[in-house]
Amino acid sequence: MKRRLVFLILWLPVYAHAALNVFACEPEWAALAGEIGGTDVSVFAATTALQDPHRIEARPSLIAQMRRAGLVVCTGAELEIGWLPVLLREAGNAGVQPGRRGYFEATQSVSLLDKPARLDRAEGDVHAQGNPHIHTDPRNILRVSEALAARLAEVDPANAAAYRARGQAFAARWNAALARWQTRAAPLAGMPVAVQHPSFRYLLDWLGMRTVATLEPKPGVEPSVGHLAQVAAQLQATPAKAVLRAVYQSPRPADWLARRAGIPALALPYTVGGSARASDLFGLFDDTLDQLLKAAP
Amino acid sequence: MLRPAILATALAAAFPVSADADLDALRAELKEMKSTYEARIRALEARLQQAEAAPAPIAAQADASPQQSTAAGNRFNPDISLILQGKYAHLDDIEHRQISGFLPAGHGHGTPRGFSLDHTELVMSASIDPYFRGYFNLALLDEEVAIEEAWFQTTALGHGVSLKGGRFLSGLGYQNQQHPHAWDFADNALMYRALFGEAYGNDGVQLKWVAPTDLFMEFGVEAGRGAGFPGTDRDRNGAGSYALFGHLGGDAGASHSWRAGLSYLHSKAHERDSELEDIDGMHAKTLFSGKSTTWVADLVWKWAPDGNAAERNFKFAAEYFRRSERGSLLCEDNTGAGGACDGSDDAYRSRQSGFYAQGVYQFMPRWRTGYRYDRLDPGTVDFGANSAFLPVSEYKPARHSLMLDYSPSEFSRLRLQYSQDKSMENARENQWLVQYIHSLGAHGAHAF
Repeated sequence: MKRRLVFLILWLPVYAHAALNVFACEPEWAALAGEIGGTDVSVFAATTALQDPHRIEARPSLIAQMRRAGLVVCTGAELEIGWLPVLLREAGNAGVQPGRRGYFEATQSVSLLDKPARLDRAEGDVHAQGNPHIHTDPRNILRVSEALAARLAEVDPANAAAYRARGQAFAARWNAALARWQTRAAPLAGMPVAVQHPSFRYLLDWLGMRTVATLEPKPGVEPSVGHLAQVAAQLQATPAKAVLRAVYQSPRPADWLARRAGIPALALPYTVGGSARASDLFGLFDDTLDQLLKAAP
Repeated sequence: MLRPAILATALAAAFPVSADADLDALRAELKEMKSTYEARIRALEARLQQAEAAPAPIAAQADASPQQSTAAGNRFNPDISLILQGKYAHLDDIEHRQISGFLPAGHGHGTPRGFSLDHTELVMSASIDPYFRGYFNLALLDEEVAIEEAWFQTTALGHGVSLKGGRFLSGLGYQNQQHPHAWDFADNALMYRALFGEAYGNDGVQLKWVAPTDLFMEFGVEAGRGAGFPGTDRDRNGAGSYALFGHLGGDAGASHSWRAGLSYLHSKAHERDSELEDIDGMHAKTLFSGKSTTWVADLVWKWAPDGNAAERNFKFAAEYFRRSERGSLLCEDNTGAGGACDGSDDAYRSRQSGFYAQGVYQFMPRWRTGYRYDRLDPGTVDFGANSAFLPVSEYKPARHSLMLDYSPSEFSRLRLQYSQDKSMENARENQWLVQYIHSLGAHGAHAF
């Protein structure tokens, strides 16, 4: 062990140079790859918390990063269908094509909710495989972290032991945080909320909260004035405690409805970087819970 | 845990609103019920946490989570999409539409007046096997089917290299690779109309390489049949045209991104026919044989606040070309019809240029507006001995276009466009276009 350590330290400068390039489609997976990959990886986050992951331009800079990636970590379930295929096609990087070891989809390690019964564009922006916003449930983060640690070890066998060790350390810290969050979140159980888009489907499922209204008439369709008025009327019959939106979504519909219903509108960080406190995955859930608890009865 | 709330709503609905005292009593009761329920929930959750906190083996947990059966794009059927397009056009009654001073590029489709159907596009694409990807685009119009694209592309070469073969739209310039449904305006830029009719497609091969750098760098070379304007079809071995292109691109902060490029096209023409008006104003058929070279410089710049294009965004695109042609031109004898040409064949040289610049602004979700300016320069045209029969124009064609479009979703778009078209000498036309573009099925992602 000692010899290996010495070996590692001696080779550190070289490894720092040859760090595995990880292309993460979303900030949450960039953060997770950073937790597990540590100094053995160089992580590029393709999007920020202020960007709608459904609608990203396949920018040249992203193609350039995709070209150099050794591992692509994305959500999958067609969340990135509007831009990721272009990057994969244009970059000419054979190792990260779907089906290869260098292509990792987080939704593969989680069972998805809300698989549409009817696949029809008349239903709006439906995802055939289910709701892709899995990372809002911290238990899913744990599941993905295990799969990701295993995949990193596979893609970069030289550092396999380090990935496994960091993966286990992360899981232990995450389990402790989970217990803490679940205790704190107890008052949230059963709390009714209105949401802008089903972005927090998994978060609400984890906390046992109830969605009583959705601002978008259909997933991905902008809330219209008429529909908002309907939702406002609906909230009079079945009141909600708060209106939730992700920071990247326009504040107008949520704020309008919140004023009408006299309840707070919460701009949840949604992912890492979505607020000052959500600087890592732990901060993300700390901040999310704090905001929700403030609105709880 | 839903029960108290459901009960509360049921009770609230059952009792008249005026019975305030009763309601208060009920509320108190419900509150009590709720707190007992919550206490029980908390106890249950504490037990759950204990169970979860127990050091369960990580592998066992991973096994417990069900695996998704299908990966994205892992289907045997190709992705199929159909694009429906149509127009209403309010135009002047002009018999032969032709950009003044330029040899007409191919048999470009003019827009008919009134209601009309544009090409209906049928697109299919899929992975062929672990090594290739295939793409097919068919444009359908009455009594006409055109294979716009049908190609394979390698996916397994790696090192940033990909090879494309078949019929494909050339990677030169910016707009060239876009099909009409992806254009930001209802009609083609004058520059592309003058250069290629619609866009430069070729039957051949394309080799492309993306450099492993932070700055996006892409280089490509193409060789092909070269049958499309400015070349002609030929019955020979070897390549009739080749193209070179390079693109650079990157981000400037989170909000700005850009791409710039330079392309070169070389093609050969043999008896390429064009209808011109001769010096007497009669139709004359000309045949050009020789070489044509085209340079295109392109620039695209996009802005979106914090890179979030969902709400507001702006896109600027401009392209500039220079084309020079060298060879001989034959003006077929039309003296019988009262024309000036007597069938003489002599040297022909031209150097022409032009550009377009456009800006499109999405000012709120679903709504975009845009302005485009087209301008061409006929440059120098030397008909040699034929200049006795064919007029040389100094007129600089130009056009202003304004558009407003509304997209209820990514799959549908309605557009209104007004153009002041001065592409023809002695004609200043106000054009109104109303257009729809609808896309059915698995519509692929659009490039930058």
